[in-house]
Amino acid sequence: MSQQTVDVKEYKQEVAGSSIQMRTHGSGEPLLILHGELGFPGWMKYHDRLSESYQVYAPSHPGFDNSPGIDWMMQVRDLAGWYLEAIEDIGLDSVNLLGLSFGGWLAAEMAVMDPGLFRKLVLVCPTGIKPEQGEIYDIFLNLAPDYLKESFHDPEGTAEYNLICPSEPTPEKLELWEVAREQSCKLGWKPYMYNPNLKHLLHRLKNLNTLVIWGREDRIVPLDAGRIYEDSVPGSILDVIDGCGHRPEIENPKLFSEKVLSFLD
Amino acid sequence: MLIGHFTERPYQDPGSGYFGATGLPIKDLTLSNEIYDPVVGSNLYNRYLDEKIYAEEMGFDALMLNEHHSTPFCMGGAMNVEASILARITKRAKIVLLGNILPIWDDPLWLVEQLAMIDMISKGRLVSGWVRGTGRESVSHNAPPAYNWERFQEAHDFIVKAWTEPGPFRWEGKHYQYRYVNPWVRPYQKPHPQIMLPGVVSRDSVEWAARQRIPYVMLATQLEPTRQSFQIYADTAKEEGYEAGSQNYGYLWKVHVDETEELAEEVARKYVQGPSNPFLAGNEGTANPALMKLPGLTSRSRVLPTMKVATANRGGQLSRSFEEQVEDYTIISGTPKTVIPKIRHVLEYLRPGSIFFWDGDGAMTHDDQMRSLRLMGEEVIPAVREIADELELKSSFEVDPKTGKEIQQPADEIVVPAAD
Repeated sequence: MSQQTVDVKEYKQEVAGSSIQMRTHGSGEPLLILHGELGFPGWMKYHDRLSESYQVYAPSHPGFDNSPGIDWMMQVRDLAGWYLEAIEDIGLDSVNLLGLSFGGWLAAEMAVMDPGLFRKLVLVCPTGIKPEQGEIYDIFLNLAPDYLKESFHDPEGTAEYNLICPSEPTPEKLELWEVAREQSCKLGWKPYMYNPNLKHLLHRLKNLNTLVIWGREDRIVPLDAGRIYEDSVPGSILDVIDGCGHRPEIENPKLFSEKVLSFLD
Repeated sequence: MLIGHFTERPYQDPGSGYFGATGLPIKDLTLSNEIYDPVVGSNLYNRYLDEKIYAEEMGFDALMLNEHHSTPFCMGGAMNVEASILARITKRAKIVLLGNILPIWDDPLWLVEQLAMIDMISKGRLVSGWVRGTGRESVSHNAPPAYNWERFQEAHDFIVKAWTEPGPFRWEGKHYQYRYVNPWVRPYQKPHPQIMLPGVVSRDSVEWAARQRIPYVMLATQLEPTRQSFQIYADTAKEEGYEAGSQNYGYLWKVHVDETEELAEEVARKYVQGPSNPFLAGNEGTANPALMKLPGLTSRSRVLPTMKVATANRGGQLSRSFEEQVEDYTIISGTPKTVIPKIRHVLEYLRPGSIFFWDGDGAMTHDDQMRSLRLMGEEVIPAVREIADELELKSSFEVDPKTGKEIQQPADEIVVPAAD
């Protein structure tokens, strides 16, 4: 399913009273990558590129893919709190944190709760804030393939599009999408894909270098949410990539990786 | 045998361009209420209430209502309002709600109060069914679908407690929290109105109903998968240590009676014209695939045999032809002479203790329904009662579904004569 050019280590990791499916590759300082609402997409080009300079950790959150769900979690902030202990259990220190879409919301919540645990923060088209212009696309009222198509500015022109959204998804893939949507639903049904208080808490990241990346053509989370993230995190940078939609890490992995590596350096 | 009458109460407005045999097709949740005409709505609500009064006169034991939201095929968005009216304007028939959609209530204490009031005003004629609800209802009231099953169970437990335990008490649950539960109502029936559970696809639901010893009513599902689903109930009952019988089963399906065979067929075709529930097998309209896949609403794995033939498994256009539905008994239509033997076949096959004739729906007119009700009263109902006696099909009001024992004098059926 994923195009692995490198030998990625995949294993079950016991952490914080539960277990998660973990993948890791690379060397150097830790870079924890938090996937979005449809689960781990597979080891993509951008994972490869980033793992050349960092030890990349790419788990599946509890309730996604083969990571068992944790019943008491009813909002993203619950999952964030749990993840902080998971990071401790894994033994990571001064973690570079990168979150995409729903994973970006998660990353922001985690950072706000314990900014000292993290070295730098990258948010890629994160949900978590209600835009003042436009609305976040409703992934629960649309089928997964339709949502994925809408996430890309130019599906035909995106090399890895068919890995993210195959034209004939296998039954296993379809099931994993439903598993992910169910877990995303448990945490983000209402208010839909945001926490009204998060923007007020983001001020706590004043000492954490934060980069917010957005695709200019994002039809899932309006760019206006990015503006609010930038306004709310003192000293943060909003970097908008032209020609990309909601998945710049897939739509332009080279440019995306360059920006992330340059920021983390 | 309990014989009930049911219609979805469709919003019929040929003038809108949507409904009727030549109308525009409707996809679930895509039709704006801007086309809603409250004059049309008003006339229809009153018409459907009048038909229920007549159904009671014609000898139906039960008048059944259901609830759906944001859709023209069912005007029962606030079903309890209709039930309240029936509580006052009918005298004898049971008012069967199949059912209140428990998981979409953020405050089930309202149900405690509303239903107790209906039970009192009707002098103990309420049958309080609950349902899980389809995706459409979760979306309409924004209830989290992934918690549908948990909310259903917690709301049920809460309502039963509030009906039966003196207040005040506190309730700090996972989904519902109350600091002071002491409603100034109590249900008329003791310990509370009978609860029924209608279902179509969920295995969790039928097993839960069997464990709670609550009658299970299958809605317009095909005969063989229905029988298999009843068997799952029976097997679970056995595990629970009791024997299920007809008193534990109910079945609803389309039955229309008319003056001639030709007229009966012409009118029965109207079932599949006009607005109808795209979730139920055999109906028109386009199901919205996203609603079928609303995350976590029902288990994807724990499903009933009816799932294979229910629309829930398919998206897009899903109707079976009218002829196919007549063929497999899911639509029975004819004169009393031809209808009665076909009903007999269904009763022999499924052995339900409660049945609901689904009539007066789709594009049927008031006259269509009234003719059918009259013929039901004059010929069909008496004949069906005889068949039921012969087959020994007892309802949950004649035999206790929890114990299998005959109810000698059904205390909850005592109707205290009105003072006036």
